[in-house]
Amino acid sequence: MSVSAAEITPPEIVTHAVDCVDLTYSFGTHTAVDHVNLSIEPGEMFGLLGPNGAGKTTTIRMLTTLLKPAMGTVAVFGIDAVAHPMLVRRVIGYVPQMLSADANLTGMENVELFARLFDVPRKERKQKVADALDAMGLTEAAARLAGTYSGGMIRRLELAQALINAPRLLVLDEPTVGLDPIARGVVWEYIARLRDEHQMTVLMTTHYMDEADAYCDRVSLMHRATIRATGRPADLRAGLGEGATLDDVFRHYTGDTLGKGPAEEEGGIRDVRRTRRTARRLG
Amino acid sequence: MTYAAPGAPPAVSAELPVIQENPIAALRRLASRIATLCWVELRKIRHDRTELYTRAIQPALWLLIYGEVFTRIHAIPTPKGVTYLAYLSPGILAQSALFIAIFYGIQIIWERDAGVLTKLMVTPTPRSALITGKAFAAGVRSLIQGVVVVIIAAILGVSLTHNPLKLIAAAAVLVMGSAFFACLSMSIAGVALARDRLMGIGQAITMPLFFSSSALYPTRVMPGWLQAISKVNPLTYEVEALRGLLIGTTTTLWLDVVVLVGAMVASITCASLLLPRLANR
Repeated sequence: MSVSAAEITPPEIVTHAVDCVDLTYSFGTHTAVDHVNLSIEPGEMFGLLGPNGAGKTTTIRMLTTLLKPAMGTVAVFGIDAVAHPMLVRRVIGYVPQMLSADANLTGMENVELFARLFDVPRKERKQKVADALDAMGLTEAAARLAGTYSGGMIRRLELAQALINAPRLLVLDEPTVGLDPIARGVVWEYIARLRDEHQMTVLMTTHYMDEADAYCDRVSLMHRATIRATGRPADLRAGLGEGATLDDVFRHYTGDTLGKGPAEEEGGIRDVRRTRRTARRLG
Repeated sequence: MTYAAPGAPPAVSAELPVIQENPIAALRRLASRIATLCWVELRKIRHDRTELYTRAIQPALWLLIYGEVFTRIHAIPTPKGVTYLAYLSPGILAQSALFIAIFYGIQIIWERDAGVLTKLMVTPTPRSALITGKAFAAGVRSLIQGVVVVIIAAILGVSLTHNPLKLIAAAAVLVMGSAFFACLSMSIAGVALARDRLMGIGQAITMPLFFSSSALYPTRVMPGWLQAISKVNPLTYEVEALRGLLIGTTTTLWLDVVVLVGAMVASITCASLLLPRLANR
């Protein structure tokens, strides 16, 4: 493709990094995402919070062009995801929930694969692959098969894969699920550094309220297919009075607790299976 | 090109230019994706060759035991001057490619389960290009396996053609056949959706495909109903083309190639259409 997304939408003209208007999706009779309205500013670290089954991943899938919305629109830097999926894909870096690096390729090959899929010119490829690996602290492990990596290293490798395209929006679906606390901290450090050094916009989903509180500029609380509240974590907490946690905020807006309650059951076997797969891959 | 004016609602897509997909650019991208996925396959074979060796055992047994025995008892009629072992070799070549290609449906489900598939689908790669790339990756693996089978056949004294053009044509036929069966398998994956289910289906279709083709015996010795099945089985055309090219039996090569190309295009289309169903489960 000769037209790059950057050419058609100069950053100074676009006001929002992500714009969802009345975004709706149903699986049969079950409405997974129900009239979601969401605006994310460029350079923001934005968290979409909610329990399993709240509709976070379905929202992400529409945004990343994997699903076509049943109703409403979603645009990334002004590019409509339904009308121009290939252009939207060029401005997005995506890290799925599961640890998805190819265990049978080396770290370097894993990144080179994505360099090729994003049409990075052959002359620049080697350098860009090396830079992305270096940015994620994986230079020394680059020649090893990804199957030998720890969970935290695989996450960083996936970030390197997502970075190769110099995306303007980084989409992370549960970036720290299944990682131990130390690896989690390291991964967050790298994500924050990316945002600071490249002015990247970051959209993540998570059900860890403490991490969202610590790292996100703004969050949306999602519950049973709808967004219940949006704001800065501090403002949301302050609204409830002294000493309130983001968990309390969530309970206040949804009347539900995270982790327990009926919402968790609605997450259903798919989420359980997915989490198990991730756990298995982590050994 | 027009831009959304400052302050205008950015989600209004009507203000964005309609990007004309240039067919040459699309073709170039397709070629690039095929090359990329074949490159991945070659890297994987390079890192782990055990499969190359374990998959050599079965064709070796077919040629060494079944082939030698049936050559001796002259039970199966072969064209004049062609030993049964020579007649069988292209059939076993096609069989080994079939067994490899059928595995790709299981692989794509595994990739779905591991999140690899969604990640590939979020790159600027149309799903037809992704499927075509995977189909040719299966072809590359089959080709490398095919070299092993040809070596085994040569050790057993089967003399295949030395004409480089015919060898290249045979390689192309093998790749097309593998691409078809890989896409057939990926299409079934798009319907079956679960790995264990697909493993059963895969086993249930590979042997019937094999036995209803002309891999082991000429179609004219088959009962009528089997001949009818054999006529619509692409494996028959693959085997006949390989046989014609490698050991010089008579076949209608253009028909074989037309059937294989048609089957390949149809299966790529089918697998591409079913891909979102698989990915979004």
